[in-house]
Amino acid sequence: MIGLPHLYLLAGLVFAGWAIATLLDRQHTARLRGSAFWALISLEFLAGDVLSDFHNGLIVLALVGLALAGAPGKGQPATTSTADRQASAAARGNRLFLPALIVPMVALAGTLALPRLGDLVDPKQVTLICLGLGAIIAIAVLLAWLRPPPSAAVQEGRRLAEGVGWAMILPQLLASLGMVFGLAGMGDIVGAVAPLAIPEGSRLAAVLVFTGGMALFTILMGNAFAAFPVLMGGIGLPVLVHGLGGDPVVIGAVGMLAGFCGTLLSPMAANFNIVPAALLNLPDRYAVIRAQWPTAVALWLFNTALIWGFAFR
Amino acid sequence: MTTLPSLWPLIGIAIVVAGFAIRANPLAVVVAAAFGSGLGAGMAVPDIIAALGKAFHQNRYVSVPWLLLPVIGLMERGGLGEAATALIQRTRSATASRILLIYLAFRQITAALGLTQIAGHAQSVRPLIAPMVEAAVVRDDPAIDEAGRNRAKAMAAATDNVGIFFGEDIFLAIASILLIKGFLEGAGILVEPLQLSVWAIPTALAAFAVHGLRLWRMGRR
Repeated sequence: MIGLPHLYLLAGLVFAGWAIATLLDRQHTARLRGSAFWALISLEFLAGDVLSDFHNGLIVLALVGLALAGAPGKGQPATTSTADRQASAAARGNRLFLPALIVPMVALAGTLALPRLGDLVDPKQVTLICLGLGAIIAIAVLLAWLRPPPSAAVQEGRRLAEGVGWAMILPQLLASLGMVFGLAGMGDIVGAVAPLAIPEGSRLAAVLVFTGGMALFTILMGNAFAAFPVLMGGIGLPVLVHGLGGDPVVIGAVGMLAGFCGTLLSPMAANFNIVPAALLNLPDRYAVIRAQWPTAVALWLFNTALIWGFAFR
Repeated sequence: MTTLPSLWPLIGIAIVVAGFAIRANPLAVVVAAAFGSGLGAGMAVPDIIAALGKAFHQNRYVSVPWLLLPVIGLMERGGLGEAATALIQRTRSATASRILLIYLAFRQITAALGLTQIAGHAQSVRPLIAPMVEAAVVRDDPAIDEAGRNRAKAMAAATDNVGIFFGEDIFLAIASILLIKGFLEGAGILVEPLQLSVWAIPTALAAFAVHGLRLWRMGRR
């Protein structure tokens, strides 16, 4: 059965390719540190299963240490010049858009078809498997059509990865922090403290503490999924549903969306807010949050009003 | 009156807030917060390192989308960004606001059908949408400075986020809907995913109205 282990093997090989390409790049600003950075990520993907939790933890600390010391740095990956690209665009025209459809089409076809093929693919991981499969097919098609040097797939990937920089490991590290917070008993504390902020019998205040708590806790954790059980268990069920007779469907569904408004405002939601700023080479790390905060605030007010107006009929 | 649990683990949250406020490197902030909360909860240092390692290992799937970087890099090498720019220069009716309005609707509708992975920051914003939006604002305002171009690109990323966040919950089998259903079930309240997902529709419409209005106003200025 094809599952996550195969995907992790593929990812481990890609990171290993970047480690080697960095090591061979004489013009790199942080050649050894950069190479070690990619090699450690590769090690985590290829051998993490046989390492102990403590040794995986040491890899995390080493990665963060290397990042603080300037890894992955910037090299000179072989690529085409702007003139080459304009010539290629003029020659190939709008056909260049077709490869961009490969990954989406594989995702669409795979989501529909793969679950019918029985045990071939792990049914819980269809989306991620399709992503990996789409990447392999797209790379094969692009190499066959554009005929770049064979190392181009590694070098072009490294060019973008160095553009993203240390933010490459931030989403995975933040997801890990959420789990450590959980181990430390963070949820119990918020669940015990939050209800103290609600004046007795005030419906509007209770709704505001619930949706405000969802947004605030999501901003702090970077993820509405972490906030939902805490706020729903601490305020949603005991106060809004059991205390004030609210509809758990409206409170649950719209409460989660109030949390999503917090995600739009959170630097902790790195893969939505910080990584795109790096991918687009924006000098301001918080540029995406600045672009979306008015939408987030307006929709938080809307969701709060929705619960206040429709959950208590 | 229930007794309060120890509040020391909250020190991790204080470290996060302070770290982002002084714009320290987020990787360092995260590690410091993990140690702060762990020590606050009475965990030993080796146990905190092991907890961090175990969680990092389990969350490897978060980094899988980086597999798309070689694909995007190869497409850019072939001139995809230049082709997108040329297309926008020829098509004067394709203003930055209209491109992003269409993209917002596309993202919300496909996400509502469960197709969250067919677009995204790596899949579509970096190779296609951002170059198109940048080409459109430069064509319509040749005097625009770099800050203005960066604001337009940031708006492209923001539009992707708003589209997926307020579209995906209309789909029945998305993780957040299943989380809500599972949580309520644990509390003895049985609900169908459909009941939950219809309540995502009003906010989806509001998101299109609010963000669409902001995109339209971006074109007026």
